[in-house]
Amino acid sequence: MLELINISKTFNPGTVNAKTALNNLNLTLNDGDFVTVIGGNGAGKSTMLNAVAGTIQVDTGSILLDGKDITRLPEYKRAAYLGRVFQDPMMGTAATMQIEENLAMADRRGKRRTLRRGITAADRERYIEQLKVLDLGLEERMTTKVGLLSGGQRQALTLLMATLQKPELLLLDEHTAALDPKTAAKVLEATQRIVEKEHLTTMMITHNMRDAIAYGNRLIMMYNGHVAVDVSGEEKKKLTVEQLLSLFSKASGSDEADDKLLLS
Amino acid sequence: MAFSSSLLNAAPGAIAQGLLWGIMAIGVYITYRILDVADLTVDGSLATGGAVCVMLMRSGCDPWLALMCAFLVGLLAGMATGLLHTRCGIPAILSGILTQLALYSVNLRIMGSKANQPISVDKYNLIVSQRFARELSLRNPLVPAIVTLVVLIAILYWFFGTEYGSALRATGANRRMASAQGVDTRVTVTIGLMLSNGLVALAGALLAQYQGATDVNMGRGAIVIGLAAVIIGEVLLGKLVHNFALKLGTVVVGAVVYYMVLQVVLQLGLNTNDLKLFTALIVALFLSIPYWKGNAFRKKAANAAGGVKNA
Repeated sequence: MLELINISKTFNPGTVNAKTALNNLNLTLNDGDFVTVIGGNGAGKSTMLNAVAGTIQVDTGSILLDGKDITRLPEYKRAAYLGRVFQDPMMGTAATMQIEENLAMADRRGKRRTLRRGITAADRERYIEQLKVLDLGLEERMTTKVGLLSGGQRQALTLLMATLQKPELLLLDEHTAALDPKTAAKVLEATQRIVEKEHLTTMMITHNMRDAIAYGNRLIMMYNGHVAVDVSGEEKKKLTVEQLLSLFSKASGSDEADDKLLLS
Repeated sequence: MAFSSSLLNAAPGAIAQGLLWGIMAIGVYITYRILDVADLTVDGSLATGGAVCVMLMRSGCDPWLALMCAFLVGLLAGMATGLLHTRCGIPAILSGILTQLALYSVNLRIMGSKANQPISVDKYNLIVSQRFARELSLRNPLVPAIVTLVVLIAILYWFFGTEYGSALRATGANRRMASAQGVDTRVTVTIGLMLSNGLVALAGALLAQYQGATDVNMGRGAIVIGLAAVIIGEVLLGKLVHNFALKLGTVVVGAVVYYMVLQVVLQLGLNTNDLKLFTALIVALFLSIPYWKGNAFRKKAANAAGGVKNA
């Protein structure tokens, strides 16, 4: 369970460029929740994700994961509990290392790294089985340098790496935005499969309202650094893009909630 | 005739020197290629290694133990740079320059406030000495140099294959990825800098023995020689070699080639005062080649695209 309690973050405070990215944000994710997050540029989606991941420190408020206060925990320590896939396919993998070496790095997330072998024969067998799930033929290319893979392949690999050690929370930051539509659909499909199989608590930012409606059991829309809309269960299943837009204009108190504002 | 025979005469010395600098270049490879950090500490830590080893031996220390101590002090030098960089937020290059500058004073302190200290092969039991560079015996410096290199490369090959060594490589390849996988990159970067400078100091200790003296200026421009070795090795053999141990081997080959070429140009009459200029130009040239190649490729691609548009 993830609890964000009254978290705020202002970038460049005290200057003309001051920007309040998170404004007393409150959010609770229950175990097994698959939440899709939408909102316009500057709504605070990525800032929220980065605050949870520890890439940025919040100014006030607290972040609890399964009851543990992780607000001041450095990024590398939080990594023990979190799986992450970034928007940039280059960011989640080490290009100059082999596929199996990248997987081995992820396999030891949250564990002490010792002077034992980086990859064992048993590890390799396991990775091959896991790669088969992606259905991209990567299991035949275990010693290929990741830099030689396409963006979609790298993103799928990053997804596998994020879930190889079952995370308490999976964070997906527009992980298909940089991919072509066909590849994006494939990676989303793989995401769905893995999340369901492992019952992962997941937070997925997306720019695509249809994806936000189609995936997950809960949808939140952010506006001005807080959660403006929060729908789940049956209500979410029946949601349409039009309803989503009207919900948004009600929540933000503005009637200019057109596609551009949300999707730009 | 006289030219080639004097070159032949000088070759064994050049090879021995190249092998010892090869140890130093492996240290540079660890920071420059594996960690992706340009570390200028080495100009100072090379001389530190020489100073520690010579002063210890002069006060009666066993030569192997003196080498070990030089390595350990090198680790400390690397740690200083690592802490300045990772705990004080100073850019890596500047951290290295600061440590290097500080080491100049430290080295003079170690050397009893003298700019150089001799260690004569007549009085001390040296592991490597240029006196025996042309001798066909076990005293020849090539023997201990090659044995040391083989042992070092074997250890490094093992280390970078371990869980911790992989974390170090991942840190250099993609720091954000390493963090996301739970690696404290402040620690891995510091450990990498320590390991690198330990090796550089070890090389400094061996070089001081080899030339029979340590000099407070012996590290000046060492980083450039190390880079030259790394790059020459890559240009000559990079396409053929993929195994990590062999890659370290190419660095050593690069260092040997560098000293052989140097010997040739010196025989051809290059003024020794111009040596550093010559080295800098060679390294600048080799560093530029990949960039120029990239530009030529882009131009070609642009021309091809333009051609399509015009047609």
